[in-house]
Amino acid sequence: MSGPVLQIENLRVALPGGGDRAFAVQDVSLSIAPGRTLCVVGESGSGKSVMATAVMGLLPRELQAVAGRIVLQGESLLDASALRLRQLRGKAMGMVFQEPMTALNPVMRCGDQVDELLRAHTDWPAAQRQQEVLRIFERVRLPEPPRMLRSFPHQLSGGQRQRIVIAMAMILKPALLICDEPTTALDVTTQKEILKLIADLQAAEDLSSAVLFITHDMGVVAEIADEVLVMHQGRCVEMGAVDAVLRTPQADYTRMLLDAVPSMTPPAPRPEATGPALLAAQALDKTYQSRNWRGQRRDTHALREAALAVRAGETLGIVGESGSGKSTLARCLIRLIDPSAGSIRWGDAEVAQLSESRLRPLRDRVQVVFQDPNRSLNPRRTVGESIVEGAMNLGLARAAAMALAEDLMDKVRLPREGLQRYPSQFSGGQRQRIAIARALACKPDVLVADEAVSALDVSVQAQILTLLRDIRDELGLGVLFITHDLRVAAQLCDRVIVMHQGRIVEQGTTAALYADPQHDYTRTLLQAAPAGIC
Amino acid sequence: MFARLWRNSAFRFGILVLLALLALALAAPLLGTVDPSAMDSAHINTVRGTRGEFALLDGSSVAHTFWMGADNFGRDIYSRVLYGTRTSLLVAAFTAVLAIGLGAVLGMLAGYFRAVDMLLMRVMDGMMAIPAILLAIALVAALGAQLWTVVVAIAIPEVPRVTRLVRALVLTLREEPFVEAARALATPTPLVLVRHILPNALAPLIVQGTFIAASAVLTEAILSFLGLGLPADIPTWGNIMAEGRVQFTQYPGNVLFPALFLVPTVLAINLLGDGLRDVLDPKFAKRI
Repeated sequence: MSGPVLQIENLRVALPGGGDRAFAVQDVSLSIAPGRTLCVVGESGSGKSVMATAVMGLLPRELQAVAGRIVLQGESLLDASALRLRQLRGKAMGMVFQEPMTALNPVMRCGDQVDELLRAHTDWPAAQRQQEVLRIFERVRLPEPPRMLRSFPHQLSGGQRQRIVIAMAMILKPALLICDEPTTALDVTTQKEILKLIADLQAAEDLSSAVLFITHDMGVVAEIADEVLVMHQGRCVEMGAVDAVLRTPQADYTRMLLDAVPSMTPPAPRPEATGPALLAAQALDKTYQSRNWRGQRRDTHALREAALAVRAGETLGIVGESGSGKSTLARCLIRLIDPSAGSIRWGDAEVAQLSESRLRPLRDRVQVVFQDPNRSLNPRRTVGESIVEGAMNLGLARAAAMALAEDLMDKVRLPREGLQRYPSQFSGGQRQRIAIARALACKPDVLVADEAVSALDVSVQAQILTLLRDIRDELGLGVLFITHDLRVAAQLCDRVIVMHQGRIVEQGTTAALYADPQHDYTRTLLQAAPAGIC
Repeated sequence: MFARLWRNSAFRFGILVLLALLALALAAPLLGTVDPSAMDSAHINTVRGTRGEFALLDGSSVAHTFWMGADNFGRDIYSRVLYGTRTSLLVAAFTAVLAIGLGAVLGMLAGYFRAVDMLLMRVMDGMMAIPAILLAIALVAALGAQLWTVVVAIAIPEVPRVTRLVRALVLTLREEPFVEAARALATPTPLVLVRHILPNALAPLIVQGTFIAASAVLTEAILSFLGLGLPADIPTWGNIMAEGRVQFTQYPGNVLFPALFLVPTVLAINLLGDGLRDVLDPKFAKRI
């Protein structure tokens, strides 16, 4: 084969009127040769996903490609009929989506879903199709392929589901593989395996597909890309070989993106916090009970024998993958759920078994910032009402609370006029600032941040981390920072706790733990983090 | 908000028809009507379009056009239908408010407090097992026929459905981070319900309310038709049709004229509900 598999020339996709810009994608050109991987990087809203959907011919009706060409193996896709596009999808281009659970049909067996594709595109007999499905399951390294054929998506792990999706994308040996954030919903250890799988499949001689890989994560880019295209506001700001772009970026925006990625190396340790623990837990257990139809009890241990202490002025990090129990621990500590056993102290008060009404007067000691700022603010209340709510519940008069809210808006660097507006009028990063202001309005001793920067773009993430650091130092807060992102933890936390399957497996000062991990799981986790950039 | 609603053609049609009906109902005394209950023996079964004098009870008489004719007691159908609009709209509005109010309270209790959930929902399941119209008939029979008893009788069978809807909404809303945040901010539980949960459940509730209003108009007509509705001296579309039924073959207008009002009313309320749902429900909302 010669010549590029996919070629895009000056593609322009118009946005419906009233948006923040006229074009979702504006004058983007690229080409991918067989066996090469092009990573398209950008923050949310940069138009990178719109471009991928345009290639697949799946643009929603409101969006129209108004100029440019998309050429797949010499065939223009923008001129192709709906029927022709359907033939090409699956056969000439395969797709891998972000969330494998929603990409798969939950009521169909995995084998049948892959088989459906073969039935649509080939005239092979049933036996041959099944052989082929088993072969591809083996190639994507699914354990026990015959069992996977009969499994439903919910019976598999996230990584296994993504392997099924990849199997579907690759089974017809497409010339082009489009991956839209395929590892964003996965844990770091799983992410590493999936990236390796995609790279291996692509390198295989009988496939040698071109890969259009869309991601927001510079670490993933460093891992998998041959070439990089950086997008911002629908335009291509920089394109080139991966080494050139990552090491000697030309555009300011690329440089800003790269700088915003936290480093894996912790900064010099700060003096150790002494003083009494403001938030402490001892031997904390959380067990969920369920009964089957015969009334037999089944216990699920979400949390076992957790112990920690947060002191004034320090940041304690809790890292772990999904299902490790870190969120259960956080929600027990702020008493949104009841622990099954153990003790929790907020300052000098023992709160593990207190009722909701007895807890209320103590709520000014520990406050929380949640992961998703779109959902943690009531959409029907103004920002001001949200911020003063806690302070007024704890006994502040309305006027004093409003004055406090204005101060807090300054502190989180938002305009005071914002108090009269609704959350929907703010961006994600601004909303997270509002959520922080709301927590601070209660004048807490400890701030619990549950994945507080995980839903944000990397440049916004950096700003929020700076804000958290400043507020901690200014107010002398204790911060409990829960995250799955080892880079973020390295930069912000003084001490780190590693959780795995509901237990604390290792803890120590950040510098010591990152330099010399003792537990096997910590080592796996640290190795799986996407490769360093510099 | 209203501009967005106005762009929806179903909503626009529904609200215009309803406003027109409301205007008719309010302005009924000014539109050439006579006392809807007054009988004039000289005009028994007068055909539609006749001009004549209508003799009132106090002996005086007024010039009157029988646009829709008169019934077998000599009552003017046109006046009865217009005044009946008042009853129908009143019953529709009160029933919707009552059913939504009761259902919202019960649904929030069941959804938020797991302790009462089991008991409450089994009672609701029990009520749902009884056909709505039979339950309404039993209630009217037990309470006697008055405006408020009819409203209660029509509203009660609707309550279980509203309760189920609200409970389902509350079950998802209570897990939303902003509700958890409110708890972490020491907001008392009643305030959590009123401030954070109810406003976010309101849109589907309003929509459900319009559908209840539409069915209340029909149910009221059915009850009146069966002779179980409002007392005979209050004109409603249902009892006009019931009384006209016996002479349907000779004077079909007595049944058809009220029906001509009933059908567009129910249609308009339903369209209004459809329009509201399309605009208010985020599941149908287009991404901007």
